Formats: sequence, C-alpha cells, structure tokens
Amino acid sequence: MNRIKYAIALCFCSFALFAQDYFPKNDGVKSKNTNYHAFTNAKIYVSANQIIDKGTLLIKDGKVVATGTSVSIPQNSTIVDLDGKSIYPSFIDPYSTFGVKKPERVRGGNGPQYGPSRTGFYWNDHVMPENNAIDKFKFDSKSAKALMKAGFGVVNTHIEDGIIRGTGTLVALNSEDDNATRILDPNSGQYLSFSKSATSRQSYPGSIMGSIALLRQMHYDADWYAKGYSETRDRSLEALNRNKSLVQIFDAGSRVNGLRADKIGDLFGIQYVILGGGDEYERIDDVKGTNATYIIPINFPNAYDVENAYLSRSLSLSDMREWNQAPANPKHLADNGVAFAFTTHELKSPKSFMANVIKAIDYGLSKEKALEALTSVPAKLLGKSSEIGSLKNGAYANFLIASGDIFEKGTTLYENWVQGKKTILEDMSVLDIRGDYKFNLAGDDYNMTLSGSLSKLKSEITSADKKRGSKVSYADDWVNIAMTSKDSTKQEFIRLVANVKNTNGFNGRAIFPDGNELTFYAAKQPKDDNSEKSDKKDKERKVKETVAITYPNMAYGFAEKPRQETLLFKNATVWTNEDQGILENADVLIKNGKIAKVGTNLSDSGARVIDATGKHLTAGIIDEHSHIAAASINEGGQNSSAEVSIEDVVDDEDIGIYRNLAGGVTSIQILHGSANPIGGRSAIIKLKWGESADDLIFDNSPKFIKFALGENVKQSNWSSYSRFPQSRMGVEQLYMDYFTRAKAYDDAKKSGKPYRIDVEMEVLAEILNKERFISCHSYVQSEINMLMKVAEKFDFNINTFTHILEGYKVADKMAEHGVGGSTFSDWWAYKYEVNDAIPYNAAIMHDAGVVVAINSDDSEMSRRLNQEAAKSVKYGGVSEEDAWKFVTLNPAKLLHIDDRVGSIKVGKDADLVLWNAHPMSIYAKAEKTIIEGVTYFDLDRDQRIRRQITKEKSELINQMMTAKNKGLKTQPIKKKEKDEMHCDYLDHANHAQH
Amino acid sequence: MKTNYITLLLVALLSISTVVAQQTPAKAQSKTIAITNATAHLGNGQVIEKSLIVFENGKLTNVADMSMAKMDLGGMEVINAEGKHVYPGFIVPNSTLGLVEIGAVRATDDDSEIGSWNPHIRSLIAYNAESKIVESMRPNGVLLGQITPRGGRVSGTSSIVQFDAWNWEDAAIKVDDGIHMNWPNSFSRGRWWLGEDPGWKVNKNYDGQVSEIKDFFYNTKAYMKGNKATKHLPYEATHGLFDGTKTLYVHVDDEKGIIDAVNVCITHGVQRMVIVGGYEAHKVSDLLKKNNVSVLLQRVHSRPSNTDDDYDMPFKLAKLLVDKGVTVGLESSGQMERMNSRNLPFYAGTTVAYGLSKEQALQLITGNTAKILGIDDQYGTLEIGKSATLFISEGDALDMRTNNLSHAFIDGRQLSLETHQTELWKRYSEKLKTQD
Repeated sequence: MNRIKYAIALCFCSFALFAQDYFPKNDGVKSKNTNYHAFTNAKIYVSANQIIDKGTLLIKDGKVVATGTSVSIPQNSTIVDLDGKSIYPSFIDPYSTFGVKKPERVRGGNGPQYGPSRTGFYWNDHVMPENNAIDKFKFDSKSAKALMKAGFGVVNTHIEDGIIRGTGTLVALNSEDDNATRILDPNSGQYLSFSKSATSRQSYPGSIMGSIALLRQMHYDADWYAKGYSETRDRSLEALNRNKSLVQIFDAGSRVNGLRADKIGDLFGIQYVILGGGDEYERIDDVKGTNATYIIPINFPNAYDVENAYLSRSLSLSDMREWNQAPANPKHLADNGVAFAFTTHELKSPKSFMANVIKAIDYGLSKEKALEALTSVPAKLLGKSSEIGSLKNGAYANFLIASGDIFEKGTTLYENWVQGKKTILEDMSVLDIRGDYKFNLAGDDYNMTLSGSLSKLKSEITSADKKRGSKVSYADDWVNIAMTSKDSTKQEFIRLVANVKNTNGFNGRAIFPDGNELTFYAAKQPKDDNSEKSDKKDKERKVKETVAITYPNMAYGFAEKPRQETLLFKNATVWTNEDQGILENADVLIKNGKIAKVGTNLSDSGARVIDATGKHLTAGIIDEHSHIAAASINEGGQNSSAEVSIEDVVDDEDIGIYRNLAGGVTSIQILHGSANPIGGRSAIIKLKWGESADDLIFDNSPKFIKFALGENVKQSNWSSYSRFPQSRMGVEQLYMDYFTRAKAYDDAKKSGKPYRIDVEMEVLAEILNKERFISCHSYVQSEINMLMKVAEKFDFNINTFTHILEGYKVADKMAEHGVGGSTFSDWWAYKYEVNDAIPYNAAIMHDAGVVVAINSDDSEMSRRLNQEAAKSVKYGGVSEEDAWKFVTLNPAKLLHIDDRVGSIKVGKDADLVLWNAHPMSIYAKAEKTIIEGVTYFDLDRDQRIRRQITKEKSELINQMMTAKNKGLKTQPIKKKEKDEMHCDYLDHANHAQH
Repeated sequence: MKTNYITLLLVALLSISTVVAQQTPAKAQSKTIAITNATAHLGNGQVIEKSLIVFENGKLTNVADMSMAKMDLGGMEVINAEGKHVYPGFIVPNSTLGLVEIGAVRATDDDSEIGSWNPHIRSLIAYNAESKIVESMRPNGVLLGQITPRGGRVSGTSSIVQFDAWNWEDAAIKVDDGIHMNWPNSFSRGRWWLGEDPGWKVNKNYDGQVSEIKDFFYNTKAYMKGNKATKHLPYEATHGLFDGTKTLYVHVDDEKGIIDAVNVCITHGVQRMVIVGGYEAHKVSDLLKKNNVSVLLQRVHSRPSNTDDDYDMPFKLAKLLVDKGVTVGLESSGQMERMNSRNLPFYAGTTVAYGLSKEQALQLITGNTAKILGIDDQYGTLEIGKSATLFISEGDALDMRTNNLSHAFIDGRQLSLETHQTELWKRYSEKLKTQD
C-alpha cells in the first residue's frame, strides 16, 4: 500500500519537473543533457585522506566520472577553472528530521491511560517500527538551502517520535530534481530512543528503566513472533523483524544513556549507532568500550552570564566545566579511536554548525578527523560509502567549492553541488576586494578596511586617526560607499562610487556634500604577510586548553581514581559486631581490600599507620532502603513492573553518594519506588565515588525486588481511579494472580516446550524458586499479615518488610515467618496509614526476634543513620551494641551480604568508618570512610577540595567574563538541583510522600 | 508471672481509657516543688553543676548552687535529681504543629489560606491543642511552639502556645506575636505544565515582587493615617509592624534576598524583624548584627542547597552565625516538619559536632528563641521570677541516647509524658510478653 502511494506521489511530482525516461511527455520535446562538467586546477579532497593538488574533477549525470591530475576532459564538457580554490565532498547528517514534521502532542483525557490506543499493533503505543519517514516526507526547500549553506549534501531523516520510530529516509538536498532522484534510500536504517511518543498518552513506560525493559521485552516478543508462535497478527513486530537488517540508530542523547542503549544491544547482538550527548569525554573509556559509532551533536554551550555575583553563585561547577570542556569532546573521541559523525541535531540553526566544527578543531580535533566526521564516517555508518561521503568515481557528485581550507575562519563556500546540480552560495566570479586600502581626497589621507562576506561587506574608514561612519555596498563589480564628512556635528555624507576591475585597487569618483566631485584611487595595501602568518601558525599550534576532568566530573570528584591501600589502625575502639563485641585500644589491619587482622600490637611493614587513639572504628553503615544514585525510581505505568531494574539506571554522579560517604555509609540498596504492588528489581551498590555506575554494583549481587502495599499502590493520595487495585482487598488478589501465572509460566518453561520469554514472569518465577528476595514497602498490620500468607501459599518467604511501621503489632507473626524488618526510626503522621507508627517499633520487633534494620528512604537522613540507630536506645532501650547493628550487620543480613560486609571480621571486605567519637553520639563525625581498602571520604581531603572548588570556579567565572567581553553569546544562569527521590517519586511528576 | 498479669491488667485498663483520647492537661501547681542536685542548664549559656531549683505557683523562686543555697525544703515536694539534668522547656518556632494532623488527608490540613496577602489570617484559632503530634513533642522536652501559617506572600499571623492545654485559648502564651512574609525568590521554576524546562531559572519578576511588598507597606501606613471608615482587615493586621507590637518574620534564604529584605524593612520603619531560614545569612552577618536582626535558622538536619556546597553546611551554619555575634534560634520547618519537631534537641546537638559548645547549642532552642519571639520575660531560661517551664532528663538532652525525661513542667504544672505512641508501645510490648 505504502509503495503504491509513493509511486502515485512520484508520478504527480514528476510531470511538473523532469520526466523519467519512460514517462510520457506532453509539454514539449524529450531532451536529455549528456554534457560533462569539468572543474580544473582545484585542490580536491576526494576523501579526508586522499587529496589532489591542482586536479580535475569530472562529473556527468550527477555522478563523479573521474578525479586526478591527468583526467582527460571530453569535448562535450563545460569547464570551470578553480585555480586556488578547493573541492570537498559535501557533508552528510545521519541524524536529521529534514522534511518530516514532528507529530503533535495528543491532549486531553482524565487520569492516566494504561492500555494501548491501537489494535493490530504491539501492545505498547510507543513502539512503532511500522512507521516510515518516507510516508511523511515532504521536501523542504527552505531548510535544504540552510543545510546546503552549512555544507550539507545529504541527510538521513526520520520521524523523531516514540521509542521505536520506524525507518528513516536518506535524501539528497537536491532542490532541482524530484523524489525519484533525490531519495537515495527510502528505508535507510531504523531509529530508536528511550522517549515516549507524543501521539499516545499510554502511561507505560513512565521512566527510563521502563523504556529499557520495554525494549528488551519487545525483542524477545519479536523473536517469538518470527518463529510463528503468535496466533494473532502484530504489524509492529512484523515491521520490527523486517527492519532487523537495517542500521539501528539510537537517540540516546547523553553519554550515560548511550551506555544503557549499548547494553540492550549487546543482549540481542545488535550494535547500535548511538546519538550521543556531547559529554562523552567525561568517561571516555566507557564510551570506547561500546565499540559503537557515535553521532555527535556540537551544540557547545555558551558561557553563562556571570555578571551578577549573587546569581552566579548558584552555578554548579559541573555546568561551568561543561562550558569549558565540551568543545574538546570531538578531540577526546578521536584520540581514543571512537568513530563518530557530526550532526546538526540540537543546534538551533545549521548556521552555527561550521563555527562549532572549527571550535572543535581549535580544541585539538584534527582537520582530517573533522572531515571524516562530516563525510566518510556517516557514509559508512549508513552503509553508503560507495555513493556518498567521497568523490570516488561513481559516487554522487555531491561537493563543495570553497575559497580555501573550509576549516579556517574566513573561507568562503562558493557553491554546493548535489547530484550534479549547482547551488550558488556566493558568486565566485565576484572579485574579492576585501582588504586594507589607502586613498586621498582633497588633501586628506584615508585608511579603509573592507571585510565580512562578499555579499555583505563591512567597511571601516579612518582619517587623521578619527573613525568615520560608513556604509558599503558591492554588486556587479560596482562599489558604493557613503561616509560621514569631517565635520561630525553635521549629518553630511561623502559618497564614493567605483567600478572594480581587479583586486589591486579601484578608481572612482567622490561626491561631496556640496555637490563637488573628485576622482580618487584606492590602493590596496599589501598584507603584512610575515606577522600574520606567524601569528596564524602560532594559533594553529596552540590548542585551547580545558580544565581537568575529574571522576565524577563535578565538585568533589577525584582527579585520579583513589587506590587501595594497606592500612593499620592503631589503638582504636573497635566495634566488631562479632562475639568480641567492642574492643578497646585495638588494632585493625586491612590489606588487599579485606580485613586482614584484628587484635593488639599489630604491625605490618607495608602499611600506612593511622593513629586512632580516642577514635572509634566501625563497619561501614548499610542503608537497606535508599533512592540516591539512580536516574529513575518508579515505573508506575503498570501495576506490576518486575521487568524493570534499578541496575539499569544507577547514577554515579549523584552528590548524594559523596554526602552519604561523609555520613559513614558504604553500601546501599537502591530500591524501586512504591508506585505499584510489584515494583522493580533493586541495585545493591557500594558507594565507590568516582567509579562508573556498573562498577558500583556488588559482584554477584543477591537478587532483590521491591513490592509495595497500602496507600501508594492503591493511589489513594492523588487523582487516579482507573488502575487496579484501588483497595487493600485488590492488592491481595493482584499478588494471587501474578504468582499463579508465574507458577504456570515456570512450569511451562521447565516442561521444555517452547514458550514466550516474559521478563516479568521470569523475575516472579525467581521469587517462587527462592532465587530472588522481596523487600516490601508496608505500613499497616493487615497488609503485612496478608503478604506473608500469600507467600506461604506459594511456598516461599518474604525476605524483608521495609518501613513496616506497624510491624510491632505483628512482630510475633513476623518472627515466625522469618521475615526481617527495616524501619524508620521515628517517622509518622504524614499519611493516614502511619497514624499508629511508633518510634518503639524497632525495639519491639528486635525483642520479638525479628532481624531489624533502620533505613532512610531519604538522602538527608541517610547521612545520619548513626543518629537514627541511636534513637533505638532512646525509644525502647535497645543496647548500644545491638542498636549499632541496626545500621550495619542487620541490613547486611537482610541483603544477604553479611558474608562480605557488616562487621569487622578477618576476611570480610575492608568497608570501615573511622569516627572522631562514639559512633552513635550526636557529637560524632566520620573522619574516614573506606571501601575495600580505598579511602573514598577523608575529612582532610574534603577541606582541601573545598578550597580547590572555590578556586576553580573563580577561574571559570573569569573566563566567562572574558568571553562575554569579547562579545560572545551568553546564556542566563540556571540553578542545578537534583530531584530528591523517595518512594513515590515519579519521573516528571511531583508527588512527594512516603 | 502473677505480677506481670496484674501489670498487664492495669495497663489494659489504662489503655482502654486513654488510647483514644489525648493526655489530660495537668492541673495548676498546688505545691512548691524543689529539684535538687541536678546539673542545671540555664539556657543562657550557664550551667550549675549541683543545683537547687524551686518553683511555686508556676514561677521559679530559686535557681542556685545547692551548696551555696541554704534553704529549708520542708513542706516542698522534693525531687532528688542527682546525676540528672534540668533544662528550660525547648521552644520550636515557625511551626505548623496543631494546624495539620495528617498531611496526606486534606480534611486535616489547616495551615494555609488562598490569596497572597493574608496578614489577617490568624493561626491560633485553628490550633488543635489535642493533636496527637503536639503531645508527642513533650517526652523529648519540646514544650512551647510558635504556631505559624504557611503560603502566599504574607502567610498570616502566628501565636505562641504551650503544649499542654485543653484548647487554643488556654494554650496561648503570646497572641498574634508576628506576621510571616515569604520573600520573593531570586530563582523561579519553569512551568513544566506549559512545556517549560522545570529547572530553576532567574526570576525575572523579582523586582516587581519586591515592589509589591513596598506598596503593601506604603498602603498600610497610609491607611492607618486615615479615618479608617471602611475597615481593611489586612492593613489593620499589619499595623503592629510599625509600632513594634508585632514582629515581621521574613522567610528568606539567599544572600541578596536577605539584604533586600533588611533594607526594605528598615526603610519602611518595620520595628522588629527576624530572618527565618537564612541559609546564606552567615554571609551578611555584619548587616544583621548592625540592624539587630536575629535569625531563626533552617532545619539543621537538611541537605546542602547546592551540589557544590560543603556537605556539612547545614550542620555548621549556626556556628558561623553565632561566631559573628548574631542571635540565632533553630526552626524545624520543611518536609515532615510537625512530627520531626521533636528532634529539635538533636538539631541543636548536631551543631555541637560542627563547632558550637553544648551550652551555646542549648541557647539556640531555649534562651535565644525566647528572646527572638519576645517571650523571654517568662520563658527560655531558668531564672528566678520566670515561668517554671522545664524538665528533668536522665542524661544529656541534646543526645538521643540520653534524652530521657522523667519529669516535665509547664508553668509549674507537671504534665504527662505519655502519648498515643507510648501507650501503643506498652500495649504491644505486653501483648508480646504474655505470649512468651
């Protein structure tokens, strides 16, 4: 159907333009131009690394026939002498929306929409592989002209909407011919992203981790569909399978999302081409590790307008650094062997494109790599190397004629040829009269400079060191200049008019305000070649410097990643959390990241000795319930989201990591939120500040998932009435339903028969098989009891109830079931279901034999968990030793990592905190926080780095002031604020309860 | 086992009678009480190691060193508090206690009114003296509070109450003490619902918003000079700012906002002003000191405002201001502010880890706050002639491990330290014990 439409559209267009060979002709005789065009004496860049000096380019029928120094030019050729000029292959933009309108956002509707809007397609509206850009494509001459002015000849366009966006269209910016000629490929690659479509209100996915999960599930479904198991028709999956062989271009838009996309690809053997974010330099090794080709936007940020000292104080170091460092991104990519193409994407207009490429070169990118990024790399990634991106024989005659090196400022682009069709950007027959002149009028000497572009000249005239107002126009070899007269009090003008015959100077006539006329000769002054050339060379050699990158690249980041040390703590009060209890005046030796010895009078020749006299050494704090260090927390688009995982969205740049270290925290469980009864999988991480996200996650991490009960999952506190369940009664049945289905799924899987891989069911089956543990958000006793009973029906145990504020009412039942309780120390009264929450909860559960932890669910409280533990001493009289275990050993037990962390025992990980006082005293402060022998927080370093931050920010502010004074564009100050995430944090929404 | 059973029975009976209702307010002091041998923290920076504290009819009649004061304690109720500590009742300013019971249940929320200019809106009449949350303040030593409305440019008028009363009228110790104004922010959020970037951008309307405040002052003063034939409730309520009968509490955090607020208020003749929040107040401490402007400092247990800020910035702000000679009290507004207010002593304790002395920290929630709120003639310190609003703790009350109250008094009345929460604790502890 589509193809027919396409053909019909073509027919109609064609009559109006040039008819194809087999098309009838009724408006004249059939005529075909078989002439050659030859361009001689040019410096020809056949490709970035094949350059011909004084060569000839011969083209015919829109293609390159030959290039070289000894090309024989046929008789029927038009010849253009390009002596002194250069020819480049024109540029290719592999990520474009040229000629394809972005769909409008659908509006209306009360409350969220959970189901799809379509039938016969994939269950999720945001997956649209069946879309084809060609169906919406309409050649846009105005945009084409703008792109051609920037040097582009070909763009790959697509519908920029949805998670799967369907196929793109490769189109030459040929305004003269029609789609029959300029569409180089109507199915040029498939486009993907993490962003939902504007055309549907379907809730899922509501987060980046949901998008990731959806992409995974969709691939499994496509595979199953391809094998013919589906009994119904799904045109999306059919299209997806059809598009499999195409290049896959992923709109990631940032370094981190690029890495996330690449991981999905790895799972299914797909190598995505990744649209990056320009921040790849921040962790270039990770980017290199993807082996992907990147498409890189070059919308380098403008300096911030920092004149207002109060406002500029709110600028973060990372935003300031971005301005300083981003122009070097292409250089870092090139230096590390990452293949990349440039795109105009993210630029407001293609006008600034070339200036930004030149900026990248100023920051160290080689011109050769720059040209590759504009030509051969995009051609290759699109699988079109023989047709575009070079001037090899047989390739399209897509090329630029320039006055010289296109990567130098002041070079003029004269012509942009696409498929052998010429577009004039600047008339190259015009004499270049730019330069400095001297002339004399009525006894006065004048100096004149003509600059700017030839079509828009600028003039500056001085006489007797005084500047005169002037205006110049230049067309058809005639110069007209109007300048103010000597008497600046009068509005009088002297007019100059001259016919230009050569570039050495021009004769003309001056007309004075009183009507007198005089002749004059403006003599062009020789360029001060020596000084300017050496200046220029100096400039070329001097690559612009940037401030140092740190890990992470923000305030408090490490210039070099810190190393593991052998450390010997002498004479400390050691809280072992083991049978030895609290040891006074004890020594602890840590080596190779492990606790090597605990005792007295220890020594080790290789160790750095730390005098811990009067100080307390404890195991690192473990937070069972945290939401820091994650890019998203809730996937509330459905009532179950077992398929999503926080491990996909760990954020290594959250300042919360550093602040938690400063509070003595070393390990956390990042839990999914409480938006739905079955939430997502957890990430259990160590707070290794400076390391990449994946390296934070525990090796062989125990598997956890978040469940949730009560007001949040029944959506009691905001307007949403359409999602099941809306009552606690429904919550039970939801679990019954899912576990019943998971059981059936698992049975089918184990039977050996073919089955559709369903990630959600896989995860739930892991629970049934006791391979995955539940940490369940819970408040009131009825629901706590209910979930234990549901689990018992399916023969497994709930591992942890988190929050569990009425745990004290059913502590006996909990102990019997064997579930742990991870609770707040003293929160209550913020919603109805915590009306009976009491700070004695931890103590009562502990007394009843439940393994108790105190958690934070809050990035402020998490850095004072030592104080929160101490509240158990106040409320309920728990012993200090036991209370301390509430935030160390007990959460380790609940997370099944107590074989590695949670106490000071030989062989365990050296995750330790040195406190200046009793660790549960309100007066205590963490001095050093160590993970696996690496000191990630040190109070002394913290003091040092504060001074460095102040210094670096002052320097950058100075640089920005300088930039503004130079007349460069600035942007207004913005204030960075990371969303503080809690249980019910939804991406782009503002529910903030617990 | 038998005793257990009896206790259980007693507790059960007690529970039945009290678990639904709140604690009954204490009767007026009938007998002179003497607390002996305690370490007395006076709330003005001084400590008496072995003290004698006597109060009669709700007033302190003696606060002295035990060894110096030769006093006949006959006829008095003597509490020997050897090894224990006595403190003035802690004061939580800028609080919505009693205005909201359960944040998520709209029907229980009475903390803000619609409109921008609400000086006439009075918190006191909505104050629920029987709130379960108010009651839960007392076991931690928080005995007084300034009940403050929220929202708008001018939120309304606060009043100061004590936390053991039958009703708001009995609770009030200073009615309509001040007006609360939210100073315009230098930054504003993008309106994401209109498709704007939701991040913070420079507030282009800042100057206009400041002008509105000036206009409001001008109009109030003009109105008061006229014949007031047509009553204007907001202007009537604002008048007290210019004759010193009311304090203007300006809620503002950024340096420029604080400077502007101080200058605008001085220019317009506001007699008493206090900065509430004051995250960057330490940068303009000279200005504040010169103009006698105090600071009710934002919650100590909070995150630094900016990514690049020192991790301990909120912990050390008090120290930075106190060192410069500014009068500082601690407030506790923000997320979960009501139930969290019982942690006020631990906010003070945290400032000790970051530089202050323990007695200085104590002043931030007692003597200084009383001074700032204008109730220091009666409350905030243990001095002869002042109200006997105080408590006895087993240990250091600024540290959660040792904050453990045995007695608490408001105006000499010994109040119950039981709460909805302690009752549930006892009830369920007993339930579990009997199952053993």
